[in-house]
Amino acid sequence: MTKLPSIGKPISRLEGRLKVTGIAKYAGEYQAPGLLYGYVVNSTITKGTIKIIDTADAKALEGVIEIFTHENRPSTAWFDFQYADMDAPPGTVFKPLKDNEIKYNGQPIALVVADTFEMARYAATQIKLAYVEEKFETDLESNIDKARKPKKGMASMLKPPPPKPAGDFEKAYESSFVQSSGEFKHGTEHHNPMEMFATTVIYEGKNRLKIYDKTQGTVNSQMYVANVFGLKMKNVQVIAPFVGGAFGSGLRPQYQLFMAVMASLALKRNVRVTLDRAQMFTFGHRPTTLQYAKFGADEKGKLNAVYHKAIGETSQFEDYTEIVVNWAGMLYPAENTLLEHRLVPLDVYSPLDMRAPGGSTGMHAVEVTMDDLAYKLNIDPVEFRLINYAEKDKSSGKEYSSKELRKCYLQAAAKFGWEKRSPEPRSMKRGNKLVGYGMATGIWDANRILARAQAIMTSDGKVEIKSAVTDIGTGTITIMTQIASDELGLPLEDITFSFADSSMPFAPIQGGSFTTATVGSAVQVACRALNKELFKKAKRDKDSGLADAAFEDAVFSDGFIFLKNSAEVKYSVQEIFAANGGKEIKTTNSSMPNPLTYGKKIKLVHSAVFVEVEVDEELGIIEVTRAVTAVAAGKIINPKTAESQILGGMIWGISKALHEETILDNQFGKYMNTNLAEYHIPVHADIHDLDVVFVEEEDDFVNDLGVKGVGEIGVVGMPPAITNAIFHATGKRINNLPIHFDKLL
Amino acid sequence: MDSTQTHGINLSINSSDYHLQILPWVTLLDVLRERIGLTGTKKGCDHGQCGACTVLVDGKRILSCLTLAVMKDGAAITTIEGIANGEKLHPIQQAFIDHDAFQCGYCTPGQICSAVGMLQEAKARNREEIKELMSGNLCRCGASRGIVNAVMQVMEGGSNE
Ligand code: FES
Ligand code: FES
Repeated sequence: MTKLPSIGKPISRLEGRLKVTGIAKYAGEYQAPGLLYGYVVNSTITKGTIKIIDTADAKALEGVIEIFTHENRPSTAWFDFQYADMDAPPGTVFKPLKDNEIKYNGQPIALVVADTFEMARYAATQIKLAYVEEKFETDLESNIDKARKPKKGMASMLKPPPPKPAGDFEKAYESSFVQSSGEFKHGTEHHNPMEMFATTVIYEGKNRLKIYDKTQGTVNSQMYVANVFGLKMKNVQVIAPFVGGAFGSGLRPQYQLFMAVMASLALKRNVRVTLDRAQMFTFGHRPTTLQYAKFGADEKGKLNAVYHKAIGETSQFEDYTEIVVNWAGMLYPAENTLLEHRLVPLDVYSPLDMRAPGGSTGMHAVEVTMDDLAYKLNIDPVEFRLINYAEKDKSSGKEYSSKELRKCYLQAAAKFGWEKRSPEPRSMKRGNKLVGYGMATGIWDANRILARAQAIMTSDGKVEIKSAVTDIGTGTITIMTQIASDELGLPLEDITFSFADSSMPFAPIQGGSFTTATVGSAVQVACRALNKELFKKAKRDKDSGLADAAFEDAVFSDGFIFLKNSAEVKYSVQEIFAANGGKEIKTTNSSMPNPLTYGKKIKLVHSAVFVEVEVDEELGIIEVTRAVTAVAAGKIINPKTAESQILGGMIWGISKALHEETILDNQFGKYMNTNLAEYHIPVHADIHDLDVVFVEEEDDFVNDLGVKGVGEIGVVGMPPAITNAIFHATGKRINNLPIHFDKLL
Repeated sequence: MDSTQTHGINLSINSSDYHLQILPWVTLLDVLRERIGLTGTKKGCDHGQCGACTVLVDGKRILSCLTLAVMKDGAAITTIEGIANGEKLHPIQQAFIDHDAFQCGYCTPGQICSAVGMLQEAKARNREEIKELMSGNLCRCGASRGIVNAVMQVMEGGSNE
């Protein structure tokens, strides 16, 4: 009767077959009768107003149904707050086609709707435009004098501003035994999921819409559509069955959703709007960021002064913030700390959370500065971090819910072969190439918020679990099924996880590495409630042998209820269905952390990353030949999908360090490389030996499952480990990312 | 060829015959996705830069976004929907599942078609060459290790039906 738990097993993705056979459908792939195709027109200026938008020629083309611009668009909600989504930063949300004002280059300014995709795209080229251009500012560095504190708002809840200064940084730094200071610049990046943003709207009459949307939050899109277009929530159903990657880009409803819904309502037709790759650069990005770090330590290697300041760009209409500078204070407590975050509003679109937002930027500066100090002190970089290892959170005095970072350092170092490193830069070679070993720490929040879930058992003993949550490639479908399987004592085959539909129980946007903890807890609670319900019903049967039993002693397995301490009792749930006429049994539950206790401990995920690089100095070629990441993220529900999350994160780290950057030409205020040939991400040939270790970490505080989340942590430590390895190989500290070969020359 | 007139073409797609009346400006990718409803072939860029739209034409891998459908009149096309043998997955498909060679799954049909085509080309002899010859297929999720492992396994198993 006892089944092994499925939690902890490397179960292959349950939707795998659908994905390898091409059956899995994504938002822009639903067909509908008389489907119309929308193509968006984007502004070619950066700031100013549209003087003329002449659509007559375009509209006269055969097959063109309508062209929407600011001049003829249907009216939408009036108030700013009605446009706000779950991830909206403080400020005023951008409203597509609101008026003739241009706020950024690439701003959507018209939608052509035609009966074929080809005609819509062609007609878009036939619109005649005249603008009045105004002077704009898109360069962060030359506008640094405008840096100011970010506004606070709802978003500050999950993204707290830096803590207050401690001690006297200036004085302590001046008198430090060793000092390290550096300036860092990170370029803009765009998420570029492989699937381009698309929305298919099925017009179901009477202002009822069924919407297939590319999103990380079905309820988020539903709420946005209902508010903006004045529809009832129950008349808007948003479905995101499969999502072709998102990495944060789907945390906010994007403009193709607005456009497709607007056209569908106005035309009373089924409409699809798909963006093209260049348009994938016209909403949301990882902001260009400047950083300044100054750390001081005593002769024993103890940090006593930490200063970290970040200046990021934002738009003129929203204050996008991310946690860039808080990490040093969390990892390496010093008596004297000064952490600052500033924003410069520019004529660009609002930045948007992108995988490991803030952390992957800030930790680069922190861990490179740590490496530099270790080098100056002649202490091994791992040893130096152990000297400064925090056993408690310094600023709050609180304990960690768990922290197995020490094991991460040791296990990853052993696996990597760190002891073979000769400390001197330029001292290791392979053929004519320089070899460098570098390491860094990774850190991320382990958050959890409110979610709901439903469990439904039918008379065949099978269970359906429902949640509005998406699976953007994270393994959520499989993981949720595993959690339900263990809780219910049923094999995976007997459980169906229904998901990504806003009409299902509430789930928040999928991001920030909090989905497994958040939705997983809700699934666990709903399943437990279902067991309770079954138990209660079974007790009513006098012959069940359960009449006097307590729920705590019941064991649920393969459709039977057993008792822990009694071999005689074996009660089939079939008898419950026999008694109730086969009616399904349903439980719906909410789950959120206990607000009274949840804040009592600090909840973090950690990692240690070790990297080997080979540098060909003559050609300037840098290869990450090996990397090992050890992760302490609590319980790992599915080591297979979790490993893929970390591997994917590590490749993102390689990309951030060595490949990707969106280049903005400040003369035009325009991104120049808005295609996948010029926006470089690593290809298979760039990826070599990658290894992941999950360190045992027990945590009964974070949540009942003991999980923390692995979506971001894989990225965080990679860029600094790579740049530290490049320093070790070449003796050069290159602080501006990405590092292309010219920076080595 | 008149660009404003539709043209009749015949395509054999996954062993089914289709007769289509289309304008010359329609790509093979859009024919598959929008006219025939075979959405397994993906559009990641529409510019020949990502490999998501890879299909096999007469056994060779091509980018269907860079191919006008009228150019392939009479050709035999295999898309991801035609890679398995009925219910039985192609070894590459099974290997992709076993190695967790995808996350979001959006690049996957292109990776699989590309891998099948590459093995037929029989140019790759080792891991490095697989990586090189598969580098036209981008994966933003970062599933490279699993993808290369999956292809390696099938190549070494000598199984390439
Ligand atoms: S869609 Fe054809 S190569 Fe990208
Ligand atoms: S699996 Fe998502 S892009 Fe490859």
